[in-house]
Amino acid sequence: MSVELTLGPNLFHWPAEQKLDFYNRIADESPVSTVYLGEVICSKRTPFFEKHLDAVADRLERGGKKVVFCSLSEVVIKRERNLLREWAEQEGRDLEVNNTAALLYLKNKPHRIGGLLNVYNEETMTYLAKQGATHFALLPELPRAAIANLGIRARELGVGLEVQVFGRASLALSARCYHARAHDRTKDNCQFVCEEDPDGMLLSTMDDEPFLTINGIQTLSYAYLDLIADLADMRDIGVTHMRIMPHTCDMVAVTQAFDDVLQGRIDAAEGEARLRGLGIDAPFSNGFYHGAAGDAWVAPNAVTAA
Amino acid sequence: MTSAPLPPRASGGPRGFPFAPPLPLFLLQPILKRIVTKIAADNPDMFARLGPHRHEYFLIDPTNMPFKLYLRPDPEALDFRAVARCSEPPHIARISGTFLDLLTLMDAEQDGDALFFSRDLIVTGDTEAVVCLRNALDDVDDPIAESVADMFGAPGRMALNALRRAAENAKKRKEASS
Amino acid sequence: MIKPELICPAGTPAALRSAVDAGADAVYCGFQNATNARNFVGLNFTDAELERSIQYAHDGGTKVLITLNTFPPAGKFDLWQQAADTAARLGADACIVADIAVAEYIQRKHPDMRIHLSVQAAASSPEAIEYYVREFGVKRVVLPRIMTVSEIKTLVEEIPCEVETFIFGNHGLMVEGRCSLTNYVTGQSTNMDGACSPAACVKYERAEDGSMSTKLGEYMIDRFGPEETAGYPTICKGRYKAECREDGYYAFEEPISLNASNMLPDLITAGVHAFKIEGRQRSRAYVKKVVAAFREAVDSIMAGEEPKLADLVALTEGQKQTEGALKTKKWR
Repeated sequence: MSVELTLGPNLFHWPAEQKLDFYNRIADESPVSTVYLGEVICSKRTPFFEKHLDAVADRLERGGKKVVFCSLSEVVIKRERNLLREWAEQEGRDLEVNNTAALLYLKNKPHRIGGLLNVYNEETMTYLAKQGATHFALLPELPRAAIANLGIRARELGVGLEVQVFGRASLALSARCYHARAHDRTKDNCQFVCEEDPDGMLLSTMDDEPFLTINGIQTLSYAYLDLIADLADMRDIGVTHMRIMPHTCDMVAVTQAFDDVLQGRIDAAEGEARLRGLGIDAPFSNGFYHGAAGDAWVAPNAVTAA
Repeated sequence: MTSAPLPPRASGGPRGFPFAPPLPLFLLQPILKRIVTKIAADNPDMFARLGPHRHEYFLIDPTNMPFKLYLRPDPEALDFRAVARCSEPPHIARISGTFLDLLTLMDAEQDGDALFFSRDLIVTGDTEAVVCLRNALDDVDDPIAESVADMFGAPGRMALNALRRAAENAKKRKEASS
Repeated sequence: MIKPELICPAGTPAALRSAVDAGADAVYCGFQNATNARNFVGLNFTDAELERSIQYAHDGGTKVLITLNTFPPAGKFDLWQQAADTAARLGADACIVADIAVAEYIQRKHPDMRIHLSVQAAASSPEAIEYYVREFGVKRVVLPRIMTVSEIKTLVEEIPCEVETFIFGNHGLMVEGRCSLTNYVTGQSTNMDGACSPAACVKYERAEDGSMSTKLGEYMIDRFGPEETAGYPTICKGRYKAECREDGYYAFEEPISLNASNMLPDLITAGVHAFKIEGRQRSRAYVKKVVAAFREAVDSIMAGEEPKLADLVALTEGQKQTEGALKTKKWR
């Protein structure tokens, strides 16, 4: 069965110009088959890129990519609720849901379930599939054993199953903006200070160990998730789509390395070496997938031995 | 791994305890044995709640007393005795605090977490074992402090009331000084 | 005016009896496994204990709500099914549920069982709540601790089910049911294993200068000066360094507890159906004091009297309290 490579939604607040350049380059040079667009984290950021979305989608489609539009993950105040309703009611676009409220509007309409919505088990998957969900992106914390069970059910239901294989892992969402808090501001008066940290703001422990990263209301891992050595195994257990999350490192090189491993042009070890040669200033982790602490790196030979 | 056995900062001191010099340890041992045997006999369900931790030794360190207490809450091999202040027998976890604060922990009339939040109680070593012991003690039918007091009849109950008043006063003094 | 039910925590049978005796309208409790979000050592109920406890509670006119508020990972759904079946067999009054499939199972298998939507489901808008009511016949929603009283009032009017709000206990702003911070550090998942900062992974270490540090797994999540009070050893209550800050700071939230005693009249006017006290991990002394205090407060408000509010600050985390989000959105 062929497996596809996707580019997940950009979680960070980059200047519009930077995002345009980024997606243009992806359209022209990246081997990913699907690109997820849209603001997932903060409703205040949406106006900045909203006006470019159609053009970007168009450009990506001309580059042969499928485009999917993502919803917000946190929907509380009236403006967000209205945004979500409009988003859910748009026609002719592929939609990925990241907040349960959208499901109210999408019953019996085809839609995707995003990686910020809680689908932990095959029964929840079945229930949502019966209501129109066609594709499931899983939470980063799910271990291989659970993914394997979901893989079996996904095959039976004929739905797609997507797992994040690269980039910082989303660990928590909040009602409070931690970027604003770090700068002694509130969310309403944030002055978009999150723009200063295009891969997230580092939090270190009191004994100076890098620990987590902050992206507005979201808390992410400090380590970059890297499952390039597990692609073959994931394919075997029924994962149909491998999701790469955008960062400021060379994403064409990242997606190329994953594609080369998937297509058998290079082996996983060479893929690992290429990712490590990109100058990413953080460790890599694969603990969640291997049932260990998420920040752990389980060496590939340890995996085969297990 | 256990951190350095430092006394907690809590004031306590001799002032925290209303009675004169403590008994020599050999006088204390049979009383402790009686206490723990009685509690174990009255509360058989408590041991199920302790799970695997019942086989472990806990070091209870009343920092303003000249001894420490050494406890293994295992119904098959109960052990509760006083050891000299300077001795450090092997243990999975240590709970330190003033005698009154430790009594408060055994007394279902008081909340142990509050003592922890105020940092009057210090836990080192296997935190899970201590939490488990705390939860098990909290579920016994009659508060342990009261059962112990009852064992000694009216004088025992008077002593407990005196201790509770002392704890209450210590708390008030601390609040007043903070 | 509705008289709100007082919903009280019970981590052990003794705590349950304390809550019933102190005047709880309902207690909530869980089994000794991953089906509940306080799956801590030495806590919770065996089937036999639950059976006796439900009897005790019902004899005292108190309802028993069972927490099934975690997310079964694929392959382990059986355990949650069994827990729901046991709750139904023992005559529990409701199940507090977070996972879609668990809700669907209870609705299908035990149609007479009330389903309460857990705060872990993170239903923070009328639309999300309406979805759960429409799909699973949810009778009550436990609201996240992020809404102001006026938002709650609007919500009560807008949604087709009862509303329960937290009034006392742990205060955090992380979206509940959306947090895998513990799993990142320990390999134990809050959502799947029911363990937030499991004690087995917590270490307290004292330094020469009298300071104490808290470690979760390999990470130092806080360091206290000799005179500082402590909070729960959770990542979201810890102190960290950031480039834009001079010193370590509470990057997420201070160690502080919610205490809404002063807001009770407003919450009653807003039409809230139930008040929830957090703290299944707390001692029965806590349960007894807090339940008794709020029992008296609610009763006197309903009788049109000025409530006497007991001083509960000693029982709060970090010995500090807040009215949380109920008054303002400034904390965002």
